[in-house]
Amino acid sequence: MGSITLNKVSKVFGEANVIPSIDLEINNGEFVVFVGPSGCGKSTLLRLIAGLEDVSGGQIMIDGKDVTQAAPAARGLAMVFQSYALYPHMSVRKNIAFPLKMAKMDQSAIDKKVEAAAKVLNLTDYLERKPSQLSGGQRQRVAIGRAIVREPSAFLFDEPLSNLDAALRGTMRLEISDLHNQLKTTMIYVTHDQVEAMTMADKIVVLNRGNIEQVGSPLDLYKNPRNLFVAGFIGSPHMNFVDGAYAQSKNAKMAGIRPEHLGLSKDSGLWTGTVKVAEHLGADTFLHLDVDGIGPVTARAGGEFGAHHGDRVYLTPDESKLHRFDDKGLTIRA
Amino acid sequence: MATQNTKTLARAMMAPSVLLLLVWMIVPLAMTLWFSFQNYNLLDPTQTGFAGLFNYEFFYTDPAFFQSIWNTLVIVGGVLLITVVGGIAIALLLDQPIFGQGIVRILIISPFFVMPPVAALIWKNMIMHPGYGVLGDINRFFGFEPVDWFARYPLFSIVVIVAWQWLPFATLILLTALQSLDGEQKEAAEMDGANFLNRFIYLVLPHLARAITVVILIQTIFLLGVYAEILVTTNGGPGYASTNLAFLIYRTALLGYDVGGASAGGIIAVVLANIVAFFLMRAVGKNLDR
Amino acid sequence: MARSVTTKHKVIATIAAWVVALIIFFPILYTIITSLKTEPEAIAGFNLIPSFTLESYITVQTQRDYFTPFMNSVIISVGSTILALIVAIPAAWAMAFSPTKRTKGILMWMLSTKMMPAVAVLVPIYLLFRDFGLLDSRIGLTVMLMLINLPIVVWMLYTYFREIPGEILEAARMDGAGLWQEIVHVLTPMAVPGIASTLLLNIILAWNESFWTIRLSTTNAAPLTAFIASFSSPQGLFWAKLSAASTMAIAPILILGWFSQKQLVRGLTFGAVK
Repeated sequence: MGSITLNKVSKVFGEANVIPSIDLEINNGEFVVFVGPSGCGKSTLLRLIAGLEDVSGGQIMIDGKDVTQAAPAARGLAMVFQSYALYPHMSVRKNIAFPLKMAKMDQSAIDKKVEAAAKVLNLTDYLERKPSQLSGGQRQRVAIGRAIVREPSAFLFDEPLSNLDAALRGTMRLEISDLHNQLKTTMIYVTHDQVEAMTMADKIVVLNRGNIEQVGSPLDLYKNPRNLFVAGFIGSPHMNFVDGAYAQSKNAKMAGIRPEHLGLSKDSGLWTGTVKVAEHLGADTFLHLDVDGIGPVTARAGGEFGAHHGDRVYLTPDESKLHRFDDKGLTIRA
Repeated sequence: MATQNTKTLARAMMAPSVLLLLVWMIVPLAMTLWFSFQNYNLLDPTQTGFAGLFNYEFFYTDPAFFQSIWNTLVIVGGVLLITVVGGIAIALLLDQPIFGQGIVRILIISPFFVMPPVAALIWKNMIMHPGYGVLGDINRFFGFEPVDWFARYPLFSIVVIVAWQWLPFATLILLTALQSLDGEQKEAAEMDGANFLNRFIYLVLPHLARAITVVILIQTIFLLGVYAEILVTTNGGPGYASTNLAFLIYRTALLGYDVGGASAGGIIAVVLANIVAFFLMRAVGKNLDR
Repeated sequence: MARSVTTKHKVIATIAAWVVALIIFFPILYTIITSLKTEPEAIAGFNLIPSFTLESYITVQTQRDYFTPFMNSVIISVGSTILALIVAIPAAWAMAFSPTKRTKGILMWMLSTKMMPAVAVLVPIYLLFRDFGLLDSRIGLTVMLMLINLPIVVWMLYTYFREIPGEILEAARMDGAGLWQEIVHVLTPMAVPGIASTLLLNIILAWNESFWTIRLSTTNAAPLTAFIASFSSPQGLFWAKLSAASTMAIAPILILGWFSQKQLVRGLTFGAVK
C-alpha cells in the first residue's frame, strides 16, 4: 500500500512563501517524479511528505490516514538522501540494519533481511566495509538498501544521483527503475534533471516557484505542455521559441517548435539560417543556427546531416507539431 | 525541526557559556576602567578618590612607558618576522618528499609544547649562558669570547626565545595550508613556463596569504602579552631594556602596588589589543560565511 | 603526477629537513641529556654523552617536592578543561544544529573575549581573588583557566559539530530513531573524536598557561609553571637538576602534543586553516 494525498499543503519559511498551496494525488505503486529548476520547492515538498519539515497549512494523507502531525518514522516512508547520509562510523551491514534495529526486530531476522537486500544490490562482498571505503555508486546502493529493508509504503528520493558521474548516473537510473518494477512500491523522486524525469517516471509533477505547473505522463507533458514553462523545461534540446511576425501569422503571441520537428534541407525551405555549431553524434546531428529574421534556433536531424560551421541551410517547421502560446504563456488548444 | 521548542532549548543550552563569558568580560574590565580614574595605592590607604586623568598622565609621562611600548613592538615585530619567514621556508622544505617525515614533523613541532618558563630557563642556562651555555662553548671552541647575551642584547635574546616557541606554530599552519594547494594548479603553472621562483611568487604565496594573515594575527594576540619569558630571564632589565607593556603593568601593580597606574596601563593595553583583534575578527569572520 | 621524484632530490631534501629539525629540537634534546648528567659533568662543557644517572631526578623530588606541583598541574589543567567542556558542549551543539541569525555574532563575541590582554585585568582579578580567598587555591586557578579557554573550547567544538551533516540526523529520524537513540547510536559516535581533540588541545594550553598560574599561586596550588619559574632565582642554578625538573615538566605534555598536532592547527586558528 502507498497512496499519498496532499490537500492544500503550504509551507512558509519566515517571510518566504515557499509553497503557496498544493493539491496532489499519488496512487499506490506509481513512480512519481517532482521536477523543476533549483529553488522551485520540490525538495521542500518531499521533506513535507517525509515529515522532516512541519507543514504551515493543509493536510497530508497516507493510505487514507491523516499523518500531517505524525513523526517521520511513524509515516512508514523511507528516504534516500542526496548526500546518502550514511552513518560513517557503522559498517555497511550496520547501516542497512539500523532501521530494523530501531524497530526492535530480532537479530536473526535482521541478518536475513540485510543479506537479502545486499544480494539484490550487489553489496554482499562489502557488508563489513565502512562507507568511506566505498565508491559513490556503492554508497548510493547502501542508502537504497537501508530504505528497502524497512519495506516502506513509499520510497522518497531526494536528488539521489546528482553526486555521481554521468556514466554511473545512467546505470543507477536503470537500477532504480528496475527496483521499482520488482518491488512495485510507490516511489517519489525529486530531480532537476528532466532526462531523469522523462526516463523513469510514470507521472511527472513539474514545479515552479512552489506551484504545480502540470502533472502528467512523460509523453503527455512532451506532446501537450500546458504552458510556456513546461514546454521549455521538458525536452532536450530545449524547444525553440519564436515570436513576432511568424507567431502572429499563426494567431499566437509565441510559437514553439521542438528541434526534432524542424525539417532540414540544403536546397529549399521556409527559413534560412547559418550554422554556428554543428554537433555530429552519429545517430543524431544537432545544428545550432542563426536563422535570418528569427535568431538562434536549434535543429535536430536524425542520422548524419553534413553541415558545418558557416554553411547556409534551410529549415521548415512541421506545422502539425507546432505549439502556440497566448499572451499569458498558456497553450492555445487547436 | 526549527520549532519554537528547539529554539528555546537552544537558548537554554547556550546560556551558561554566554553568561560566564559576559561576567568574565565585563566585571574585571569595568573594575580596571574604574580604578584607572582613581587614586588607589595598596601601600597608602589614605590616598583615595577621583584622580581624573592623573593615572594616564603618570603612565604617559613615565619614560619607561615609551620604552615599554617600543619593546613590545620590537618583540612582536621581531618574532613575527622570524617565524613567518622561517615558517614558510621550513614548510616548503617539509612539503618535499623526504625520508622520516613523521619524525621530522614531531621534532619541529615540539618547542610549541614547552611551557614558557621552561623555554626561557633552557635558553638562559643551557644555550645562552656565557659560562656554561652551548653558544659559549662554541665561541670558546673557535677562540672567541663568549657573549653574555642577556646583559648585552636582552631584548634580542627574548625575541629569539619567543620566536623558537612560535616557529613550530607558524610552520605547522603554513604547511597545512601548503598541502591544500591544488597539485594541478602547480602543474598548470609549470606548463605555463613558470620556474620555481615564479611559482612561489604567483601561486604559492597568494595561496598562503590567508594562512599567513591568521598566523600573524593570532601570534600578535599572544606576543603582545609575553610575560613569563621576561620574568624568568631578564626580569625586565637591565633597567627597562627588556620591559614590555605587559611587564611594566605587572611591575606597577604588584611591585609598585599602584593599582590606579597599573589600571591605566591596562586600559592602554586593551586599546592596543583591540586594534589587532579588529583585524583578526574580520579574517576569521570571513571564514564563517563560507 | 606520473613523474617520479629523483632520489637525489629526495636525499638532499631529507638531509636539509633533518638538519633544521635537529637544530630546532636541540635545546630540548640537550636539556634531556643534561638531566642525565651529574652536576660536575653538566658544567664541564659541551658533551652529548651523559653518564645516565638519575640522581638529579631524585634530588628534584626529595629536595623540591616535584610531585605536588605536578599534581597541581594535572588537577588544574584537566579540571579546567572538563569544566569548560561541560559548559561548552551544549552551547556548541545548539549553535551548530539550531543556528539563528545571532549565532555568528555570539561566536565572534566569544572569540573577542579571548583578545582581552590578561595584564589589563590583572589588578581586579588579583583583588577579587584576594577578597574571596582564592589566591593560591586550586579551585581559583581551575575556574580561571576554564574561563580563559572557554571561547577556544566552544569554537573548536562548534567547528567539529558543524561538520556532522544535518542529513544524517534526518536519516536517523526517518529510520525510526528517537531522540535518545539518535544521541546514543548516531550523534555520540560522530561527536566523540571532536570532543577528544578539544580535550587534548585544551589540556595542553592549560598546562602551559604561564601568566595567571604564576601570578595567582605561591606554594600550595602552584603548578609546574610556577614551580619552574621559581628556579630562575639564584639558588636554583644547578644545571642537571634544572634540566631534570624541566624535562619532567614538559615530558607529559610533549607526548600529548605529538598526538594532537593535526587538531592543533584547526583548534588554534578557530577553523580558519584546516
